[in-house]
Amino acid sequence: MNTNKVIQVGGLTKMFGDFTAVNTITFDVEKGEIFGFLGANGAGKTTAMKMLIGISKPTSGNANVAGFDVFTNAEDIKKNIGYMSQKFALYDDLTVKENITFFGGIYGLSRAKIKKKSKELIDELGLKDVAGHLVGSLPLGWKQKISFSVALLHEPKIVFLDEPTGGVDPITRRQFWEMIYKAADEGTTVFVTTHYMDEAEYCHRVSIMVNGKIEALDTPKKLKEQFKAENMNEVFLKLARG
Amino acid sequence: MKTIIYIIQKEFKQIFRNKGMLPIIFVLPLLQLVILSNAATFEVQHIKFGYVDNDHSSTSRALVEKFSTSTYFNVLTDFPSESKASAAMLQGDVDVLLEIPRYFERDLQKEKHNNIGVTINAIDGAAAGVENVYVTQIVQRFNRNIIIDLLQPSDQLIQPAIIDTIPLFWYNQTLNYKTFMVPGILVLLVTMITLFLSGMNIVREKEIGTLEQINVTPIKKSQFIIGKLFPFWILGLGLLTIGLIIAKLIFNVPMIGSLLLMYFYTSIYILVVLGIGLFISNFTDTQQQAMFIAWFFMVIFILMSGLFTPIESMPKWAQILTEFNPIKYFVEVMRMVMLKGSGLIDILPQLSKTLLYALIMNGLAVWSYRKTN
Repeated sequence: MNTNKVIQVGGLTKMFGDFTAVNTITFDVEKGEIFGFLGANGAGKTTAMKMLIGISKPTSGNANVAGFDVFTNAEDIKKNIGYMSQKFALYDDLTVKENITFFGGIYGLSRAKIKKKSKELIDELGLKDVAGHLVGSLPLGWKQKISFSVALLHEPKIVFLDEPTGGVDPITRRQFWEMIYKAADEGTTVFVTTHYMDEAEYCHRVSIMVNGKIEALDTPKKLKEQFKAENMNEVFLKLARG
Repeated sequence: MKTIIYIIQKEFKQIFRNKGMLPIIFVLPLLQLVILSNAATFEVQHIKFGYVDNDHSSTSRALVEKFSTSTYFNVLTDFPSESKASAAMLQGDVDVLLEIPRYFERDLQKEKHNNIGVTINAIDGAAAGVENVYVTQIVQRFNRNIIIDLLQPSDQLIQPAIIDTIPLFWYNQTLNYKTFMVPGILVLLVTMITLFLSGMNIVREKEIGTLEQINVTPIKKSQFIIGKLFPFWILGLGLLTIGLIIAKLIFNVPMIGSLLLMYFYTSIYILVVLGIGLFISNFTDTQQQAMFIAWFFMVIFILMSGLFTPIESMPKWAQILTEFNPIKYFVEVMRMVMLKGSGLIDILPQLSKTLLYALIMNGLAVWSYRKTN
């Protein structure tokens, strides 16, 4: 196994009854890479991601994430990954600090480490004034940034982001991508789905899923050449329309 | 272990931060305890009584007099005719109707025997049964007096010996319904609150999406479940404590048995309820669904618990079903320990069944909780 490849997927398939949600997808992701996982609504992105993070059992195929098999060692994968779901998933009725403490705690971080991490996180995001506020009272953009930071709390090898910038203003989106770049620079692999094609340009490599299959996979530059397109938006439209 | 503490911490924070739920958890049940215990009684009082006296003799008046002095019958109407009386019964103005035939006194003296008609409104069968008992008692008492009044010296030999029963009501001498109902209603409250809260708790996390976030962490199923249920276990015991204090202070219910035993049994019993709650939340996607299913079971459990209707009078198949009703055991144990002073040995059958039930339900709950689907 190539140690630089932190995600290796081969022929991964998920069926719900007769419906094939994910159809024999194959790809690799390298360490420190920002991997864009694109596709229209219902193309199977979230289903594929759920298999990789070990909360959905694949029907067939194989996948290795952070050095562990999704069939046999799903729980080991979970120690090594962070995840931020489409739905905002921190506790609205806990404060920023309490959320950090809780998630740090269930990832098994020591009290001292949690304290240090939460101070760092709060300073970095400039949340000092609202650290004691309930998360539910904060604007969406802030929540998403906190969510991302919490997903990185236990220093995972890979972080999975499912449409992290949905409904967020352009400035916050920009800041969010700065955070993603910083994480990648520190060696964290970032696996991100998005609907914003400008964000796709920021990714090192991009795959585009159509009806459960990966129809294109390359750097944004090469994809644009291949499809003779001005930008990723055109690439996406050409592919998704079939 | 450390992980569990983080979850417990979080759960308690969430429970006590929820200003809408706190009064529902603590105040409402106790209000219910006070209200229901006073209201839920099997005694039938203030019976609307009417009579048709076709005889107008001193004996018939004496019989009516017996009813009017009884504390159970308080409205007395003298109807001129049967048809008027029947009409009143139809209107609901009369519950019990006594009909004294013509020549009642004369026939009684001549034949030493007579019949009177009693009509009871039996829309509520249970109340009608109780009313019948009251009427029979009054008429019997009247009978005994009339026998003495009518007695001729020559009759003495054929006078039958009267056998009286003198009931002694053990464990609740005065047949105080509150003594009987308070422990039972307390049981219901502890059960309802813990079942509903635990049933809705995990489903709630499913709804808001945080459960998925939990499922991608390396947390173990058992850690998560213990951490989730422990606060409700404490809450249930807290509720029992407040309920017992109210039972003692407001209702002065005797507590003869050991408090420790009551807590010991309850702590195992709550595990059963939490197991059921968790099981429900594993198979539902919304709090609404969970609530409906929890209610469905709750209603069956309550009606088949022996709290309101004795299990002995249920048909055989229903009696077998009650074996699966945890509330039945809890009601039995609470009444046994509180009123009778039963010890550990006495409640062993209930205790062991409850323990088995707890193991099965929690086993099923942990088994059916899936981090991966």
